[in-house]
Amino acid sequence: MADLSYVRTELVPQKAPPLSQVGVIGWMRTNLFSSIGNSVLTIVSLYCIYLVLAAILPWAMSPTWGSESLTACRGVLAELGREGHFSGACWGVIRERWTQLLFGFYPSELFYRPVLAFIGLGIALAPVLFEGAPKKLLWFSAIFPFLCFWLIWGGSIWLPISVILGFVLSVVAYGFVSKATTTLIGVIAAIITPIVWWLLLAGPFASTMASTIPLGIQSVDSDVIGGFMLAVLIGLTGITLSLPIGIVLALGRQSDLPILKGVCIAFIEFIRGVPLITLLFVASTLLNYFLPPGTSFDLILRVMIMVTIFASAYMAEVVRGGLAALPKGQYEAADSLGLDYWKAQRLIIMPQALKISIPGIVSTFIGLFKDTTLVGIVGLYDPLLLSTNIRADQAWNGILWELYGFIALIFFIFCFSMSRYSMYLERKLATGH
Amino acid sequence: MATAKKLEVSDEIAIQISKMNKWYGTFHVLRDIDLTVNRGERIVIAGPSGSGKSTLIRCINALEEHQEGSITVDGTLLSSDLKNIDTIRSEVGMCFQHFNLFPHLTILENCMLAPVWVRKTPQKEAKEIAMHFLEKVKIPEQADKFPGQLSGGQQQRVAIARSLCMQPRIMLFDEPTSALDPEMIKEVLDTMVALAEDGMTMLVVTHEMGFAREVANRVIFMDEGQIVEQNEPQQFFDNPQNERTKLFLSQILGH
Repeated sequence: MADLSYVRTELVPQKAPPLSQVGVIGWMRTNLFSSIGNSVLTIVSLYCIYLVLAAILPWAMSPTWGSESLTACRGVLAELGREGHFSGACWGVIRERWTQLLFGFYPSELFYRPVLAFIGLGIALAPVLFEGAPKKLLWFSAIFPFLCFWLIWGGSIWLPISVILGFVLSVVAYGFVSKATTTLIGVIAAIITPIVWWLLLAGPFASTMASTIPLGIQSVDSDVIGGFMLAVLIGLTGITLSLPIGIVLALGRQSDLPILKGVCIAFIEFIRGVPLITLLFVASTLLNYFLPPGTSFDLILRVMIMVTIFASAYMAEVVRGGLAALPKGQYEAADSLGLDYWKAQRLIIMPQALKISIPGIVSTFIGLFKDTTLVGIVGLYDPLLLSTNIRADQAWNGILWELYGFIALIFFIFCFSMSRYSMYLERKLATGH
Repeated sequence: MATAKKLEVSDEIAIQISKMNKWYGTFHVLRDIDLTVNRGERIVIAGPSGSGKSTLIRCINALEEHQEGSITVDGTLLSSDLKNIDTIRSEVGMCFQHFNLFPHLTILENCMLAPVWVRKTPQKEAKEIAMHFLEKVKIPEQADKFPGQLSGGQQQRVAIARSLCMQPRIMLFDEPTSALDPEMIKEVLDTMVALAEDGMTMLVVTHEMGFAREVANRVIFMDEGQIVEQNEPQQFFDNPQNERTKLFLSQILGH
C-alpha cells in the first residue's frame, strides 16, 4: 500500500492570473468569443447593429433644421439629390414645435414659470435622492409641491398658503391634543382639524386675504397645460403619493384586523382589475355625478387622483412582495427588543422591505410615468396627442417619425434616469451579504 | 470552560409559569407547564426536536401566545395588553438560533436601536452602553461593520450584546449555537458563561450538554410538550430517572 501521509511544509503564494484572463483580450475572450457558438452570435449581433445604424444614421443626418414645412424639407433634400420617403428626417418640426411638446399651449411669455418649477424640482429632489445634499433643503422639498402648483397655475398666493396652513394646523393640533390626552386622540385631531379648515375656512381665508393684500401672478387655465410638463406633473404627483399610500395599503393587507384587511384587499384587487383608461373616463365624466351639484374641480386634478389611486394599488402589491421576502426572524427580533408595531415597521421592516422592492417600485414608477400618455384619451394634451395636433397643421401634415422619435427620446431620458438611480440606490444600500 | 457553579441563587422569583397550555390549531404543543425560575438561576432546557422547548421560552416574552394558564415575569402578569407585552419584552432579552441581527444597520446601530427608541436613552449614552457590551462580548472593533460581514459566532455575540444593551433582568437563549460551526460554538458559549458569572437569570434551550453540566444549576428535560424531568445537572446526567430521559441521554452522549 502506498504511503498516505503528506505534510505541507510551505504555503503556495498568490500568483498573477495568466495574461489571457486579464485586459481587453481577456475580456473579449470571456465575454464575446468564449465558444464557437458565442463567437457566431457575436458576429451576427454586430452585423445586425450595423444594419440598424446604417439605416437610421443617414436618415437622421439631415440638414433640415431650418425648414418651415414638410415641403420645404423635401426641397432641401431633393437639392442634395436625396429622393424617396426615407431620404431624410425633417427636423424643422422639432425646432418649430419643441416648446409646444414641452409646455403644451402654455402662454409663451410665461414659459419662465414652468422652467423655474423644473429647476425647483431638481433642488427639491436633491436632499430626498442623494445623501450628500444639505439636509436643510428638505424644508424646500416640503414646500415645493405647493410652490410648483402655484408657479404653473398662477393666481393668488393665498390659496397655496391656506392649503399649507391646513398642514401646519394638523401638526399643531397633534402637538396640543396628544400632550393633553392620548396619542390616538391626537392623531384623530390631526386628521380632522385640517379637513375642517380646508372645507370650511380655507376658502374664505384665501379670498379675504387676497382682497386685503392682493399678492399673485397671472393665473393660467388647465386646458392650456400640456406636453411633457403635464406628463411630469401627473407622473410626479402619482409617484410621490403612490408610494406612501401603497405602503399603508400593503400594511393594511397584512393586518390582523379583518375589516381593515378586507377593505385594503377589495381596494387593491378592484383597482388592479380595472384598466387605467376606465378610471380616466370615470375621472373625466362619471366623477361629476358623484360630487354634489355645482362643485366642479379641475380635470387635471381629477386625473391625478385616478392615476395615483391606480399606481397605489400596484405599489401596495410590490411592497407586499418585499414584506413577504423578509425572514420572520426580523419581526421576532424587533418584537423581542420591545419595539412597538409602528417603530418596528419604521426602523426594521420597511427599510428592508423597501430595499428589496426597489426594482419593483421603480418599474411601477416608470410604468406610471409612461401611462401618463393615456390622459390624451380624456382630452388632456399629453405629448402624443400634441403630435397628432401638430400633424393637423398643413405645414407638417405627414410627419411621423421625427415627432415620435423626439417624444420617445425625452421619455427615455426620464425613465433611464429613474432606472439608473434605482441601481445606484441598490448599490448604496447593499450591506455585504 | 469556566465554572460558574458556586453562584448564588436568590429566593426572589423571576418567572412563574403555572398550568400553562398552548395549542397550534388543534395540536397540543405545551401541556400543563409549571415552572418557577428564581433570580440568578441558569436553566438549561433539553429535549428532542418538536418537544416544545423553544415554544416554551418564546411564550415567556409573548412571541407565542398561550391559551391557558398564567405566566408572570418580574411580577407582571402576561396578558394580551400590548403595553404590558412591550414592558415584559424590554425586560427580557432573547437570542435566536439564526441571530436575527438587522442586516441594514451596522453592529453599533443594531445595539443602539432599542435603547434609543424603546428606553429613550440619549444617543451619546446609548453609544456608550453599546460599546460597553460590545467590549464585554469582545468585538468592539467590529462596531462599524454590517452583520453580513461578520462570522456566525461574531454575529451571535453581537446578538447577545444587542439584548444586553436593554439591560434585561432575564435572558432567553433559543438554540444559540445550533447554526454555528464547531470552531465558533466555543466563543459563544464563553460569552454565555461570562454572562452567567455576572448573575444573569438565564433560560437556555440548547443541545450543548457540556454547557449544561458546567454552568446550569438546573436542567429541564422536555418531551411531547411536557416537562418530563428536572434536576441539578449532576443528578440529571449521572442518574436520570425517567425512561425517556435515559434514552435521550444515551443517544446524545453515547458517541
